[in-house]
Amino acid sequence: MFRDSPIIRWRHYNDRYRLVGYRCTKCEKAYLDKKGMCTCGNLDFTEQEFSGVGKIVAYTQIHSGPEVFESKSPYCVAVIDLKEGARIEAQVVDCRYSDLKQGLEVEAVFRKFYTSGEKGVIHYGTKFVPKY
Amino acid sequence: MSGIVGWGAYIPMYRIKAETIAEVQHADANAIKAGLGLTEKSVPGKDEDTATISIAAARDALKRAGINKKEIGSVYVGSESHPYAVKPTASIVGEALDIGNTYMAVDTEFACKAGTATIQINAGLVGSGMIKYGLSIGADTSQAEPGNALEYSAAAGGAAFIIGPDKESVAILEHTCSYTSDTPDFWRRAIQPYPSHAGRFTGEPAYFKHVTEATKRILEKSKMQMNNFKYVVFHMPNGKFPLRVAKQFGVTKEQIELGLVVTKIGNTYSGSSILGLAAVLDIAKPNDRILITSYGSGSGSDAFIFKVTDKITKAQGKARKVNDYIARKEYISYPQYLKHMEGIHN
Ligand SMILES: [Zn+2]
Repeated sequence: MFRDSPIIRWRHYNDRYRLVGYRCTKCEKAYLDKKGMCTCGNLDFTEQEFSGVGKIVAYTQIHSGPEVFESKSPYCVAVIDLKEGARIEAQVVDCRYSDLKQGLEVEAVFRKFYTSGEKGVIHYGTKFVPKY
Repeated sequence: MSGIVGWGAYIPMYRIKAETIAEVQHADANAIKAGLGLTEKSVPGKDEDTATISIAAARDALKRAGINKKEIGSVYVGSESHPYAVKPTASIVGEALDIGNTYMAVDTEFACKAGTATIQINAGLVGSGMIKYGLSIGADTSQAEPGNALEYSAAAGGAAFIIGPDKESVAILEHTCSYTSDTPDFWRRAIQPYPSHAGRFTGEPAYFKHVTEATKRILEKSKMQMNNFKYVVFHMPNGKFPLRVAKQFGVTKEQIELGLVVTKIGNTYSGSSILGLAAVLDIAKPNDRILITSYGSGSGSDAFIFKVTDKITKAQGKARKVNDYIARKEYISYPQYLKHMEGIHN
């Protein structure tokens, strides 16, 4: 079930609008989502806003995704390692699938995700574009 | 006194050539290009709208300003293509920039001059001490009915300015004034998807009268003459109108050329004259004086005189320039263009 509540989205503004994540206070490992415990065993994290610069680790093209993305299909999705170390899965836009490769430098942009029908809320968030 | 502390621009990467549109409209592309003085226009990506353009430009403005963003006391976004009819673009911008929650905010609309109006509002607020910094944005994903003459020029883009104390400014606002009248040259009724216009009437009693009157008044007020300005920007609905005003005032090609971005990207409406200003700030030198006069249908013109300070040199290299965005482009076909414009609504 695709989660489509404006309120659920609103709760995620911090990490979707701005790439705010968490850093382990002991080993400095960065995470996008709040973890109970770091891989090093530490339980304490500090909030950190990431720069939005990263590299593609893996990527694919999606032809038939969720219905709300239909007007934007086909679109590219990639696993990206941010400069600060956190890993994120996000759409890569303003490019062709054939432009993408492992290690390609990308940067975060603020874009529209989808709208909840003709009358619903417009959902925004972070996508990536090849660095230019 | 106040001035521009930081500026930023954004233009989507997609372009459609006048030829491509002319083919569909069964029109003579060369005649259109000569008549409008432009060759292609920018088109928003399928996931871009006035909010995303505003945020991209504002992020660059913040980079250049180098201020504590929590000290921004206002966000004003001028556009005629706000994503929502009811729900502000300004609060989306404030949230995405993470400037906190104690800022004043509202969206403005005055056809193509909704952006320059926000510079006047923030200059007043900064000058009176009500806020330290204010964010002024003009951005549009302007739309034209397929087959309409506006289709060749209605483009997408925007610029953002952080207005702050004159001591921190890269360009001090020395004078501003406006000329406004109720002139029905171009409009869009509520819930209508495309604007309507009064054809040739949009020229003489509308654009030319208001731009000329506002410009005359600011020259009188400042006791300056055209040769006091290194750069001059007039609102650019096409590549021809601003050149006609320039000729009338004796403005040289060297003064007007740099800000004349319309020839490469089309008319970005609320972003148009201020993208010209941003392009000028990108390369201006300390002590240069800049004159800019906007125009918004319905109708009004805002005129400004800025004096560039020595703080500009350092700021110029801190973010992308207007010309970087102009150079980054990919041409699309007419069916692709329609799909992109549909994206504005879903
Ligand atoms: Zn750890």
